[in-house]
Amino acid sequence: MVRRLLFILLALAAARVFAAEVQVAAAANFTTPMQKIAAEFERESGHKVLLSFGATGKFYAQIRNGAPFQILLAADEATPAKLEQEGAAVAGSRFTYAVGKLVLWSARSGMVDPRGEVLKRGGFDHLAIANPRLAPYGMAALESMKAMGVYESLEGKLVQAENIAQAYQFVASENALLGFVALSQVMEGGVLKGGSAWIVPASLHAPIHQDAVLLTTGQGNPAAVALLRYLQGAKARSIIQAYGYDI
Amino acid sequence: MSPGDLAAVWLTLKLATVVTLLLLLVGTPVAWWLAHTRSRWKGVVAAVVALPLVLPPTVLGFYLLLLLGPRGPIGQLTQALGLGTLPFTFAGLVVASVLYSLPFVVQPIQGAFAAVGSRPLEAAATLGAGPWDRFFTVAVPLARPGFLTATVLGFAHTVGEFGVVLMIGGNIPEKTRVVSVQIYDHVEALDYAAAHWLAGGMVVFAFVVLLALHLLTGRREEGR
Repeated sequence: MVRRLLFILLALAAARVFAAEVQVAAAANFTTPMQKIAAEFERESGHKVLLSFGATGKFYAQIRNGAPFQILLAADEATPAKLEQEGAAVAGSRFTYAVGKLVLWSARSGMVDPRGEVLKRGGFDHLAIANPRLAPYGMAALESMKAMGVYESLEGKLVQAENIAQAYQFVASENALLGFVALSQVMEGGVLKGGSAWIVPASLHAPIHQDAVLLTTGQGNPAAVALLRYLQGAKARSIIQAYGYDI
Repeated sequence: MSPGDLAAVWLTLKLATVVTLLLLLVGTPVAWWLAHTRSRWKGVVAAVVALPLVLPPTVLGFYLLLLLGPRGPIGQLTQALGLGTLPFTFAGLVVASVLYSLPFVVQPIQGAFAAVGSRPLEAAATLGAGPWDRFFTVAVPLARPGFLTATVLGFAHTVGEFGVVLMIGGNIPEKTRVVSVQIYDHVEALDYAAAHWLAGGMVVFAFVVLLALHLLTGRREEGR
């Protein structure tokens, strides 16, 4: 008995010695899945994960100016590539952790039809999108509207959110009856949480590849390396897919 | 500066001007009441007026978005009146900015009215001046430094507004995209050169405004 207790104590002490901390900057659209993944990872590995969520462009500026992040989970592929080029990220550590899906969503049921015809029909004052200059989902929304030939007629109705989380907020509060958001925001466990939605066909816009990268500050941190490996594992992938991402 | 930047500057100046005029109109009676009342509600009203000083702009913006939205009580009222909803419009920004800058206008005027006190007004009354006459020919001229401070601070604070506009503006060119939001966009899009033009301009503007305020009010006090 005493021996077993001693063994457990020793094991715990050992785990503490090996447990490390990793600071992660993650795209706003990946908030909920990442919280789940981090919780699972912490439970399995004993490492500690500190998460910050926000716009990828802002994280870029912060990382370039000495922010203590060790991993970036970007909303695009350009930013991690740029960081790698500039020597702020570890070469060869980049990979796509999720492919985002764009959805036209309304908090009202029956508002959005299964083919997105509502965009041609009208009957709404405001259409929310994320700022195309800043957010890949905003750019994808713009491309989709142009591909459908409805951009000219909708331009006057567009309201731009600073990021995809705010676009969701505009639509959820019905200040905008419709909006382009990330499927991950309106889907949980493989079903729509509420309202009505149309998943925009991927053929209408350039794919939204979301890349992860190990920053040079995270080099040699076992927790950072382990988390990136975990993100590519089966468990993380199934969580990511449950929120409506492809991978 | 790009045409988009100039449009943002113009919009910001227009917003700040409209808001400042409205605030002087709304804030003066409130300040007068606060300076002279003995009501037990004084503390409550003063606290409400001062709320925007301590609340994060995101709180104000978030609640305005919900209150003014189609499901909020104010939004339902504006819809019933045929005005539509206020978020994402210039009028919406004006309403939000009036609330946001209210303490910056009310408090200096209130302080000035209190400093004038009731004796000059009583003297005017014994000379036969009616209440409106006393207010406009005695109280307001004597409280001029307070009005000057209120105007400058109200204007400058509206120019510097960011969080509330970000929450309810919708970033629409020439309608709700003000300078502070435009700067934020430039920074986020990594266009630092464009950001510097506007951001540097804001620093100079703020400095000049505060310096001018100091010189104007300072001279007035010495002149007394």
